[in-house]
Amino acid sequence: MKSVIPREVETLWTLFTAPVVWAVHFLVCYVGFAVYCAKALSLHLSFDAVRIGLGVFTLLALAMIVLSAYLAWRQWGYGTGDPPHDAPTRQDRKHFQGFATLLLSGLSFIAVLYMAIPMIFIAECQR
Amino acid sequence: MTDDRLTGSECWPIRSRLFIGRITDRADARSFYRAGLMLAASLLCSCSGPQSALDPAGPEAEDVAILFFTMVVGGALIWCSVVGILFYASRKKHAYDAGQASRIILWCGVVFPTIVLGALLSYAVWLMPNIRPGFGEANARLRTIDVAGEQFWWRVRYQNAEGSAAFETANEVRVPVGERVLFKLTSPDVIHSFWIPVLGGKMDVIPGRENHLTLMAEKPGTYRGVCAEFCGPSHAFMAFTVVAMEPGAFEDWTKARASFDGARDAEGLALFLKHGCSACHAISGTEARGTIGPDLSGFGERGSVGVGALVNTQEDIARFIRNPSEIKPGARMPHFSMLPETDIQRIAAYLKGLQ
Ligand code: HEC
Ligand SMILES: [Cu+2]
Repeated sequence: MKSVIPREVETLWTLFTAPVVWAVHFLVCYVGFAVYCAKALSLHLSFDAVRIGLGVFTLLALAMIVLSAYLAWRQWGYGTGDPPHDAPTRQDRKHFQGFATLLLSGLSFIAVLYMAIPMIFIAECQR
Repeated sequence: MTDDRLTGSECWPIRSRLFIGRITDRADARSFYRAGLMLAASLLCSCSGPQSALDPAGPEAEDVAILFFTMVVGGALIWCSVVGILFYASRKKHAYDAGQASRIILWCGVVFPTIVLGALLSYAVWLMPNIRPGFGEANARLRTIDVAGEQFWWRVRYQNAEGSAAFETANEVRVPVGERVLFKLTSPDVIHSFWIPVLGGKMDVIPGRENHLTLMAEKPGTYRGVCAEFCGPSHAFMAFTVVAMEPGAFEDWTKARASFDGARDAEGLALFLKHGCSACHAISGTEARGTIGPDLSGFGERGSVGVGALVNTQEDIARFIRNPSEIKPGARMPHFSMLPETDIQRIAAYLKGLQ
């Protein structure tokens, strides 16, 4: 049976997945509200519609980060070995990268949450 | 501070003459000593006073003060526990294994700060809609005061009920207690910032923009507002007096000001006009209609000269007329020291009498 979860790939790129999701989320939220506020008169969208739309996007971003964390956890060997993983072996390199990715995913998760908090309270566009 | 009417001004450590003296006499060893005393005094009593955000007289400032104290108390608690744990850890020999250590790091270093910071962030952004200026429809019904920040003074224009300019004053803002007021802030020169700490947060005054700020005073009193964005050599003197008045008294004052007659002292007025003051200054009810400098109608009842640089006495007014930029470096008023001393005194008496 083919797994839905991606095969384990050995590349540095997976390390950046979560921070990239965080950066994209950050930009989409800022730019989204800015564009909305600049064009609110010609767009037939309420402020709350934008808020909910970006809320859904936030959930998507969080899901991406959780997936990235899960893959990192797998790469780390599900926590079977303890850090620091500093032996010059292939296995340790893999585990080290998995652990680092897991920590970065945690950081990005919290960052996306913090970014979302102001979106709950922001009240309207300033003109 | 220069305005004797200021609420709680006994607490204010910098009396104007000391301050001016320090600037013009140049610093000597004793004035450094004096500055040290002032600093100590201001630290001791800086929580109250006419210019303290921690002694609020309106709802916005109250929210800010509560936020401040929450942060201070919370920060102090965390600091104490961190230092306490540090001492505990360094005093005794505890053998922690690696697993215990990582659990401590996880809970105390990750989970706890994340929750605390999340809570503080939520609290602060939750407050923001309350302390920000109101917008749109809600503002249209508010009493409006136009304020222009100019190097180095404040032009204040009141509107009547129909929304047209009723009268102008300067360096003093009067507001009725218990009523939300909309300030429309503009600047013809550089960026200033309009801040009345006891009433709320500050708002930048930016050339080419009209920024809005709404504030409400709840306690009658006389407070101090400042320019909070460096704007040139006399930035520090760019202060103003805020008088929160009972609504009835405020209405009386606006009526009196709207029909102000400055032509009561013919001789003083004649000198004022003769020496060209009216090119820049206006006085209601007279031919003086200049708009470059502050409107001087009702000048005598204001608390200060040169926007908080000197106390408003006849001698200080004369001193300002003789050489404004000695008192306020960079002030945009030419010096008049070439006028006969009697004329200067006569004009000063006239201005002092404009109440
Ligand atoms: C070229 C324009 C100009 C002329 C002429 C002028 N002034 Fe002024 N005056 C100003 C400006 C600008 C200020 C504000 C300076 C500041 O505080 O930064 C000012 C401030 C003042 C103030 C202090 C106002 C306050 O609220 O503190 C007094 C008093 C005053 N002028 C009196 C006079 C008298 C009296 C004359 C005539 C002898 C005169 N001025 C002529 C421009 C002028
Ligand atoms: Cu200024």
